[in-house]
Amino acid sequence: MSLLRTPLYDWHASHGARLVDFAGWEMPVQYSSIVPEHKAVRGACGLFDIAHMGRLRFTGPDAARFLDHLLTNDVSSLAVGQIRYSLVTNDTGGILDDVLVYRLPQSHMLVVNASNRLKIVDWIENHRSGFDVVIEDLTLSHFMLALQGPRALELLQPLVPVELSQIRYYHAVETTILSRPGLVSRTGYTGEDGVEVIVPAADALALWTTLFDQGTPIGLLPCGLGCRDTLRLEAAMPLYGHELNESIDPFSAGLAFAVKLEGREFPGRDILAARQHDPQRRKRVGLKLAGRRIAREGATVWIGIQKVGDITSGTFSPTLEQSLAMAYVDPGSAVEGTAVEVEIRGQRESATVVKLPFYRRPVTKC
Amino acid sequence: MDPQSLKYSPSDEWIHVEGGVATVGITELAVHALTDLVYIDLPKVGKTIQVDDVFGVVESVKAASDLYSPVAGEVIESNTRLADDLESLSKDPFGKGWLIKVRLSQPLSAELLDRAGYEANWDQRH
Repeated sequence: MSLLRTPLYDWHASHGARLVDFAGWEMPVQYSSIVPEHKAVRGACGLFDIAHMGRLRFTGPDAARFLDHLLTNDVSSLAVGQIRYSLVTNDTGGILDDVLVYRLPQSHMLVVNASNRLKIVDWIENHRSGFDVVIEDLTLSHFMLALQGPRALELLQPLVPVELSQIRYYHAVETTILSRPGLVSRTGYTGEDGVEVIVPAADALALWTTLFDQGTPIGLLPCGLGCRDTLRLEAAMPLYGHELNESIDPFSAGLAFAVKLEGREFPGRDILAARQHDPQRRKRVGLKLAGRRIAREGATVWIGIQKVGDITSGTFSPTLEQSLAMAYVDPGSAVEGTAVEVEIRGQRESATVVKLPFYRRPVTKC
Repeated sequence: MDPQSLKYSPSDEWIHVEGGVATVGITELAVHALTDLVYIDLPKVGKTIQVDDVFGVVESVKAASDLYSPVAGEVIESNTRLADDLESLSKDPFGKGWLIKVRLSQPLSAELLDRAGYEANWDQRH
């Protein structure tokens, strides 16, 4: 099967991007290299093509009620313009995907992981009977970018008629961008302030090049998926396929805040209700390694001769200049300060269980 | 070192031989592909290595890569300064970024490549 390309493929190719297969899409992993792109986001601004993310629109009288039956988080209570993080769980409470659900004036929208889009579309088709809902996949007809970093809002501001600072975190507005219809949300996957923008695919290049041209003088860099991963890891945001999969429940993942059980029905709800207080559950924790080696996915976590966990993601943090990882460990080893060892390519390296997130952005002054 | 005068392995090591001692490093193409180096592990002086033995590892933010020995012999020097100064490997892979010196126990393999051969091999792999 040939790889999908975003409307910016040619731009990426002509700007030095290293393009890789990511979830069936030919995506830029980096333009220069991970560290400078990462630092641009923390210090100024980074521009990401995230058109591979799945965008599904729900309309019809039962749209909210249907999503409420699909998602672990509450949808009906969303105010217009509000966005909520949620999970899609299977009948045993395992995680099929982690998503953002948007309540917009005339519709609801679900943003899903590229790697899970077709699975979720199928799942939705198999669960929609009895609901009067129209579902459209806008992934290919529309484009999505993320503009992230402390200078992101000031950079987008001249292109929109709305006051961006009035959009609260996890809220969205339908507006115009460069006089064309679009959606701006105060969301992101970097741990930094910023926005994500959705526009028709035909308007992608004009918007991207405008932001690139106007942002370059203030330190904007185009950013690939490589630094998207190191940024989200510092912010301890889970990544599907690493911290999340169909055999992990939301409580182990530390995502209880996204599961509303009371008076609700969704796949796996009763199993999750029973498992909510299970003391045997493994926990997602952060690890700081003493040395500079990187604990990568699949590495074993030890205390003495006892295997206590498994690494799900690791990297060398460009911001903290330290080797960091996330892992699932037995509950007795999940306490902050616990000394463990991680087996990296046959050698054991010392590490300590630490509080998540590793990085929190400085509070912005208004 | 002049890259044109060196021998190369298809696993991106370069080799320079003088007086029965081979200096081994990794190429600028490999260093550039790795980007953002964070860690290097090299063998201790006195260790005996064979051709194709893993003699160390270099890690970047992106990936860990084994270092394969293109030569056989005893390690007589190891560039331990690199552990605290990976910049010099990134910036000067043919000079300050050398990795190990090996007293050869056998002649260089005839299969090692010259610069043109290595570049052709690299292009094939990328």
